[in-house]
Amino acid sequence: MGIVSTFRHTAAAAGLAACAALISTSVQAAGEAKDPENQDWHFEGIFGTVDRASAQRGLQVYLEVCSGCHGLKQVAYRNLAELGFTEAEVKAIAAEFEVEDGPNDDGEMFFRPAIASDRFASPFPNEQAAKAANNGAAPPDLSLQVKAHPGGADYIYALLTGYEDPPADKELSPGLAYNAYFRGNAIAMPNPLFEDGVEYTDGTQATVEQMAWDVTNFMQWAAEPTMETRKQIGFKVVLFLIILTAILYAAKRKMWSNVDH
Amino acid sequence: MSAGTHQSGGMGTGVVKWIDSRLPVFTYLQKEYAEFEAPRNFNWFWNFGAILTFLLVMMIMTGIFLAMQYQPNTALAFDSVERIMRDVNYGWLLRYLHANGATFFFIAIYIHIFRGMYYGSYKAPRELLWMLGVVILLLAMATAFMGYVLPWGQMSFWGATVITNLFSAIPLVGDSIVTLLWGGFSVDNPTLNRFFALHYLLPFLIFGVVILHVIALHVTGSNNPLGVDPKGPQDTLPFHPYYTMKDSVGLAAFVTIMAAFVFFAPNFFGEPENYLEAAPLNTPAHIVPEWYFLPFFAILRSIDFDILFIEAKLGGVIAMFAAIFVLFVLPWLDRSPVRSAKFRPVYKWFFWIFLINAVILGYVGGKPTDAPVFSGVEGFQIIHLGYITTFWYFAHFLIVIPLLGIFERPKPVPKSISEAVLGGGAAGTTATAKPMEKA
Ligand code: HEC
Ligand code: HEM
Repeated sequence: MGIVSTFRHTAAAAGLAACAALISTSVQAAGEAKDPENQDWHFEGIFGTVDRASAQRGLQVYLEVCSGCHGLKQVAYRNLAELGFTEAEVKAIAAEFEVEDGPNDDGEMFFRPAIASDRFASPFPNEQAAKAANNGAAPPDLSLQVKAHPGGADYIYALLTGYEDPPADKELSPGLAYNAYFRGNAIAMPNPLFEDGVEYTDGTQATVEQMAWDVTNFMQWAAEPTMETRKQIGFKVVLFLIILTAILYAAKRKMWSNVDH
Repeated sequence: MSAGTHQSGGMGTGVVKWIDSRLPVFTYLQKEYAEFEAPRNFNWFWNFGAILTFLLVMMIMTGIFLAMQYQPNTALAFDSVERIMRDVNYGWLLRYLHANGATFFFIAIYIHIFRGMYYGSYKAPRELLWMLGVVILLLAMATAFMGYVLPWGQMSFWGATVITNLFSAIPLVGDSIVTLLWGGFSVDNPTLNRFFALHYLLPFLIFGVVILHVIALHVTGSNNPLGVDPKGPQDTLPFHPYYTMKDSVGLAAFVTIMAAFVFFAPNFFGEPENYLEAAPLNTPAHIVPEWYFLPFFAILRSIDFDILFIEAKLGGVIAMFAAIFVLFVLPWLDRSPVRSAKFRPVYKWFFWIFLINAVILGYVGGKPTDAPVFSGVEGFQIIHLGYITTFWYFAHFLIVIPLLGIFERPKPVPKSISEAVLGGGAAGTTATAKPMEKA
């Protein structure tokens, strides 16, 4: 009974808070977030496709820099074949991750190297562990981040390249970094990208901008892996519909030509 | 048993005749959709009934296939939608059709309603037809609201929390209603379960009301841009092939536009934050409903002051529901004997003002209340614009429309459709004019 009533209390409080948020919706944080600049992406437009070379490098950035903190749980290793990786490469990438499996015949859970059909293993077993390791802010799963922010890829790129020294009048709590594009301008993610932070296997110079660009292209693909199929089918469907509409319209004109209306 | 005794009743031959003489479905279709006499002067705004029927069927079909893969459980729902998007064959197509279909359903239903308001389609003898339409609007809103909760993203969860909480403003029974909606003490797994069950059910109720809507339509016949009843065959055309043809054109054009969004900008109307899984401890800075609720959301927020003994929160809820319920009584608020705004020089203006006002209300609903309307003018905030537009919304129905019915001088109404369409008085039409159409 006691538990229920406390629970009820919290629920009511949450409801009130939500309503307060509703009535005066702007919970204006100290710093207004800067709008991300518009970039020219290869995947934009109705014929846009994934820049595979860039997305492949982006995977490398993800694996070497981001995957220590961020999961990618909606993507399976086998999906990487769509980016042009061979079956052997996919297996090798998967094998670097450990996933929990079981129970085995002795009733024990055990860890084994991931295989192609597994989905990307997350770095932390649960949200609490993720928070505990990151100053109380859990790093979000990156599978859908591009679709989850207004500005999409432009925002991700701006965020990753937007770390700078805080202005003189800005006090930052410990563990927070200054980033003009982030809501409130103070982010719990330390600047993840440094010049030559990765050594690209294809020899590309790993500037901060290059790495941010590549990992954003990779995250865009991860968020919307069916994009190319969608646009290809869409082109045919819309073309068909335009022609159909035109034919129907011509037929309608003909049919109606002998009636006054 | 021989079918001989029934033969006189059935149309067609063979199997069709056999069935039709026992259950006259073919006779019915022939009568209601082929021979049905429709005014000859429909414009393109008369396409939206057919478009809405198509969309309803599309929503039910895509919905049923989504439901085969969707998991109504808070631990699984979000990921199950992603499985549909990534692993189910053409799952992305089903889901984008369904999500954008909801948006285009509301685009069509709003155009359909404004069409009715412009041409006076709600007036006698079509009051019940109009009211059934308002019932469809209400059911569609409930359906879309609950559907939006299903993917269990941040906006799903917080939108549901905010909107269900509103009911707690109702005196005495409010808290019990909220508990009943939630199936517990917060939006949680039982809420998701019941919303899924209802989201599956309501579209079929809509379908039932649509059937009543069409039956009522076929009793009174359609209105038309002149608002003048057909006087005889010279004023009408058989529905088939003339309007089946015209509806096909409109439908194809509408579907083309919808397809362009589905395939090239499928998340254009969506809220990005709904791609983050629901987190009950993490309130988003900005909770906004789907665009089609924004005008009503603006009205809800605009009542932020107590009115006598009615608390602000309850007042907002009452105003929001009143904004829809006022449509039910519109046929009796409007006393003007003329239907079409074509012949109502003053109402015509107020119609467009009302339309613009409704669009501004939508804009207000999507902005934080304390944001300035014009940058630089700090004193004039969104909430103030909300007061004005909310006031005008109700003033239009409760003051402007009744007064126009008394004071407006309508222009002369043509005696018949054929007279207006054919330029000269078509033979034999003038004598049959009914008093209803005289201004
Ligand atoms: C040391 C751990 C760490 C690393 C390494 C890291 N992040 Fe983060 N990231 C975080 C934390 C913690 C947050 C949550 C920040 C907050 O809420 O203040 C975060 C948040 C984010 C966000 C969400 C921002 C928002 O607006 O909500 C994105 C996108 C992101 N990280 C991308 C990346 C990418 C891409 C990389 C690799 C290049 C990366 N992160 C590397 C810890 C990390
Ligand atoms: C008038 C008819 C309908 C409307 C307006 C409607 C509206 C919606 C909306 C707005 C969503 C959220 C979409 C999103 O953002 O992901 C949704 C989801 C869903 N609907 Fe419907 N719906 C209708 C009919 C149906 C029917 C008949 C069914 C099934 C029998 C159904 C099953 C589902 C399922 C399973 C989801 C969750 C998957 C998803 O989020 O994409 N819907 N609906």
